[in-house]
This record gives sequence, structure tokens and C-alpha cells, in this order.
Amino acid sequence: MLQVKNLKVRVEDREILKGINLTVNQGEVHAIMGPNGSGKSTFARALSGHPGYEVTEGEVLYNGKDLLDMDPDERAREGVFMAFQYPVEIPGVNNAYFLKAALNAKRKQAGLDELDAIDFMKVVKEKLKVLHIDDSMLQRSVNEGFSGGEKKRNEIFHMAVLEPALALLDETDSGLDIDALRVVSEGVNAMRSADRSFIVVTHYQRLLNYIVPDYVHVLSDGKIVRSGGKELALELEEKGYAGQAALRHSSGQAGARR
Amino acid sequence: MSTATKQIEELANTEYKYGFVTDTEQDIIPVGLNEDVVRLISSKKREPEWLLEWRLKAFRAWLKMEEPHWQNVKYGPIDYQGTSYYAAPKEKKKLNSLDEVDPEIRATFDKLGIPIEEQKLLSNVAVDAVFDSVSVATTFRSKLAELGIIFCSFSEAVKDHPELVKQYVGSVVPHTDNYFAALNSAVFSDGSFVYIPKGVKCPMELSTYFRINAQNTGQFERTLIIADEGASVSYLEGCTAPKRDEHQLHAAVVELIAHTGATIKYSTVQNWYPGDKQGKGGIYNFVTKRGICKGDRSKITWTQVETGSSVTWKYPSCILQGNDSIGEFYSVAVTNNFQQADTGTKMIHLGKNTRSTIVSKGISAGRGQNTYRGAVRIGKNASNARNYSQCDSLLIGDRCGAHTFPYLEIKNTTAKVEHEASTSKIGEDQIFYCESRGIAKEDAINMIVSGFCKEVFRELPMEFAVEAQKLLGISLEGSVG
Repeated sequence: MLQVKNLKVRVEDREILKGINLTVNQGEVHAIMGPNGSGKSTFARALSGHPGYEVTEGEVLYNGKDLLDMDPDERAREGVFMAFQYPVEIPGVNNAYFLKAALNAKRKQAGLDELDAIDFMKVVKEKLKVLHIDDSMLQRSVNEGFSGGEKKRNEIFHMAVLEPALALLDETDSGLDIDALRVVSEGVNAMRSADRSFIVVTHYQRLLNYIVPDYVHVLSDGKIVRSGGKELALELEEKGYAGQAALRHSSGQAGARR
Repeated sequence: MSTATKQIEELANTEYKYGFVTDTEQDIIPVGLNEDVVRLISSKKREPEWLLEWRLKAFRAWLKMEEPHWQNVKYGPIDYQGTSYYAAPKEKKKLNSLDEVDPEIRATFDKLGIPIEEQKLLSNVAVDAVFDSVSVATTFRSKLAELGIIFCSFSEAVKDHPELVKQYVGSVVPHTDNYFAALNSAVFSDGSFVYIPKGVKCPMELSTYFRINAQNTGQFERTLIIADEGASVSYLEGCTAPKRDEHQLHAAVVELIAHTGATIKYSTVQNWYPGDKQGKGGIYNFVTKRGICKGDRSKITWTQVETGSSVTWKYPSCILQGNDSIGEFYSVAVTNNFQQADTGTKMIHLGKNTRSTIVSKGISAGRGQNTYRGAVRIGKNASNARNYSQCDSLLIGDRCGAHTFPYLEIKNTTAKVEHEASTSKIGEDQIFYCESRGIAKEDAINMIVSGFCKEVFRELPMEFAVEAQKLLGISLEGSVG
């Protein structure tokens, strides 16, 4: 469903991604790991279409379509979802109202009828229950005054309502204590299905104890230097990122099929 | 990205949709202003002698005054002798019912979404429609009359209720108050009049819709609203004008009088033609609005959403004379392209335990300039007066400006006055966050701006809040590239 070929991305004047190749099939969970500055968040943001991230070379096919040619909102309506590392506050905009606009934009694109407030609330209440999120989250302004944990949970809630085909989680675990981490992970796991893929960007292995990936890729200096199964994450936990660059030729590219 | 740019360009080129001209026979007096013109207007309206005298006093005062230029706006000289001071659709015969309103004019108001036929009115709103200089129709009048409520055009009030008009006109905004108020007092043509008798709560929203149609005319209307003891009323005005290359002057006066225990809520959605993207044409909106809380426990609330006009210059104010009286001012002012606004309020605390609240939201886009100017005065006898002011500015793009001038004058040590101000830019990150959820850029901006204005919108009557939100969207179209 997603094919990334030789993706190069520049932020301001620096080239951050120096040729990424990755294939993600339907239903797969891929973890992107790497030390700070390796380019893993840049990868997620470039895929979501963030204006600060300029693609200089390469190709990204999403369900056979040229993803890079789409505006960010178009990508979202086509089923790409980004869970932000630092979700933005939008004062005065009701969270439920915001989500309803988002969901209806997506439904419209898919040729479906827009949901009215009553049907929308039905969908939403169900998701809240599954995610064990309090109703009060709906009536507050988007992320305004939310704690770090609440913001991340709200991201997962948005994801649950929008039901993306491809979810990008950008360091969703950062700043979470162990209980919040568990709640967020459970939410993600509840959404795993045969027709939904995930790209989970994380610095730490601990998130992958909860969200067990199918593939793990190690990013270093803008390139994938190693790919493997979930056990690779454990190995990294033990040995650290140091020396991974040196190992790049010694391991197969399990996840990087074309 | 090319599609986004194209889309924004298309939106930016959206026309001001109220800019059409109605083709109706007009009775326009020649341009120019002198005592004879004032007499002519008065005689056309068959006014009593006392009103003509009042107009002439105002005109003579105006001649000695100078056009003020302290406000933070720039505009070319106004040609007072090149303007016609009276334009009216030609009266074929006296109107006895709404059915007799000129079909062309009725079609105009239909096109504007203001049905003036009572049977078509689904919402609980009584409308007075003012076309150029005269009021063409007032709906629901008989129903209101059963409660003793008077809701009619200003001219009719002069004929039918001269004692009320004589008692109150100029009592809050004297004919010498300022340059434009003096001009209005001399040449005003029509407007709305409301009287709510003792203890009556007006059961529906009262609304006046102002429409400038004729060319080279100014619109000078006067509105006078009196709420007697314990009465309450909610009143809304809306405005539009055709697109013209010349600037047109709109200098209105609004006076509100709230007696003991009375409440007046006055809401404005102002969408006069703002001029084109190069700043050509548009309405000069120079308006004096003031209310007096005359009796104890009375309350006046001004809510305004100002999205139109090329230059707006107005300060709806409250004189808090009665003890325990309350004044409120909620404002959203939007300036896009070359629009300029210098707006705010004056809260004058005279009585004891008087309270006032000011919430001002300024939004600037394009090369728009937005100024908040507010004065809070606490008189020496106004013990325990309270004021809370909040002024927030939102900037879209980097060629616009926001300015804040709060004035405080406190002569009583028991006063408590708070002022909060903030300026923020619409963040790229906020827009991107919305986009990443599938919400298109223009919708995202609307949503963020509406969120910013929420505290003001919730003060508007329900159906107008929706209208205001739409208007805001239209005004800001194409403001982010």
C-alpha cells in the first residue's frame, strides 16, 4: 500500500533524509527507530505533507497514487493519519466540532453522506468507550490546556474516529508515564487490523513492548541502516544505537521489499 | 501544491456578493449642503417646526467644527458638497400594507436574504428595512403594538409619537457631540425607532436592515431605542451596499436609553462594501453609538461584528449613570486587503457598583489595519466600580497591523479595573494540524478565527451568530497564501 523509493528530504538548508527505501503492506506495523537527529520524525512529517519538509528527490506511492503530489489535507482524506509528537492547541474550537468537520471532509471525499450531529455522536461515544476516554474530552477546545498525556490520548482518539488506512505515529510515547503509555498503546492495538498499516516512529524500545511491530528499521544519518523483525528492537535496547551504521551491510533489508 | 495555490486564488477573487444595484426610480436631491438643503429634507419629510429648528442648530454647529483626524486611519478628503443628502425610491402612493412595497425593492431584500413579507418570516424577528434614505417596510408591527411596543421608522415616530422623539432625540448624543454626529443631526433622513413600555419583555428580535443603493449619496440614519422601567429588548442591525468605485459616507447615530431595571441588547453585523482588493471604493463607516443606563440596575450590551467598510470609525459606548448598572461591549472587527478599522468603546462609570466588560477581538489580514481604542472612566462618585477589558489581536500574514490604545481615567480609589491584551499570529502549525485531519486550508482558517471570536459570537442571537460566522469566512477568503 505504501512504497517509498529513494526519498530525499531537506529541512531549511540541510538534507535530512538521504534516500529512504521502504515498502509497507496492508496490515503491517513498521517501527522506525534511531538516535536523535537520525531523521525518523522527518520521515513521518514528510509523508504527512508538512510544509517545512521539502522533498528534493524520490517517489512515494500510496495505493498506487503519487502521495507527494497531494496536499496535506488531501492525503488525510485519502486515509493517511498523523499522530503528532506535539499536538497543537486551537483555542475556542470545540474538539467534537473539529472532529466532525474532519470526518465529514473525509466522508465527502469517499462519496459518503455527511454525518449529522446525532449520528456523529453515536460514532464518537463508541470510540470513547473502547479507548476508555472521558466524554469531557469532546467539549473542550482542541488540545487547549490538555496535559501531555491527554494530548496524546486525544491524538489516538482522533485516529480512532477517522479510521485511517495508514497511521503515522510520531514519537507518541515521548513524555508519557507508564500508565499513559499503556492506555495509548491499548488504543493503537485495538485499531490494528488486516486493512490498516502503521508506521511507528520511536526513540525507545519500551513502546514496542506494547505495540509489537512486524518490522523494525533503524535510521541513521538519513538512511535505513538495518531492518529486521521485532527482535531487532530488543537488540538495540541492549546494545544501543552506537555502531549501527557500521552494521548496515551485514544485515538483510527484511522490511524494505520493493 | 499547485492545486492549493489555484484554489486560494479562486477564493480570493470571490466577489462581494451584495454588490448589485437595484434599478428603481429615485427621488434624489441635487448634491451639495447648505441650510436650504436641510430645509428641503425636513419639508420632504413633512416634519414639525421644532425638528427643523433642531436640524438647523446642528447644521450651524457643524459648520464651525472640523473633521477629526486623531483616529488611526488614513483616507482621502471627503467632498461634502459632492454628496447628495437625500435619496428615496419614488413614492407612487402612500403605502398601506407591505404588499404595496415596490417589487424591485422587495426583490432586493429577498436577494439579500431579508424577507420583508410577514408570512415568509419563519424566524422570530421583526424587520424594519431601510433603503437609501427611507424606511420601506416594517414587519410584525401590529403584533408588537398589542404589547404597546412601538417599532417603526424614525419618520413615522416623528409623526405619530412626537412627544417621545422630542424628549429623547439628542439626549444621549447631543447635536454638538462630534463632527459626524452634528452632520447626521442636520441631514438625517430616516432610521428606526423603538419604544418598549414599562415591564414589557419584547417577545422577538427587532431588526433593521440598512441598504445603500443610490450613487453619490450618503446614508445618515438615526436609531433611537427606549426601554422603559423593567423592559427588555434585543435589537439587531445589518448593512450592505452596492460596489462602487467612489467612496460613500455612512454617518449614523444610535441612541439607547435604558430606564430602571431595563435591558437593551444591541447587535450589529456590519458588511458594507469594503472596497476592492486595491483599496478602491468602499464605505466610510463613521458612526456614533451611545447608550445610557439611566436607571438603577439597567443594562446595555453592545455586540458588533464588523467585517465590511473600507474605513470604520466607531465606539459604541455606555454611560453607566444608574447604580448597579451594567455596560458590556463585545466586538469582532476584521480588516482584510486595504480595510482600516479604528473601533472600541467608552465605558463611563458614574453610578455606584457599576460594572463593565469589554471583549474586543481584532483580526487583520492582507494589508488591513486594526485599531482598538477604548476608554474606561470611573467618576468620583462611582464607588465600587468594576471594569474588565480584554483585547486580543490576531494577525494573518505579515503585511497587516494591530494597534491597541486603552485609556483609563479613574477618580475613585475603590475602583477595580483590569486590562488584558494579547497579540497572536495564526500559526502555520495550527493550519497544518487541521489539514493533517483532512480539513482544507480555508476551512481551517475559518475554524481557527471562529474559535478566536467565540466569546463574542456567543453573545449574538443564535441565527445571527451563524450568519456572522459565514461572513467572517467570506471576509477572510484568500487571506492566506
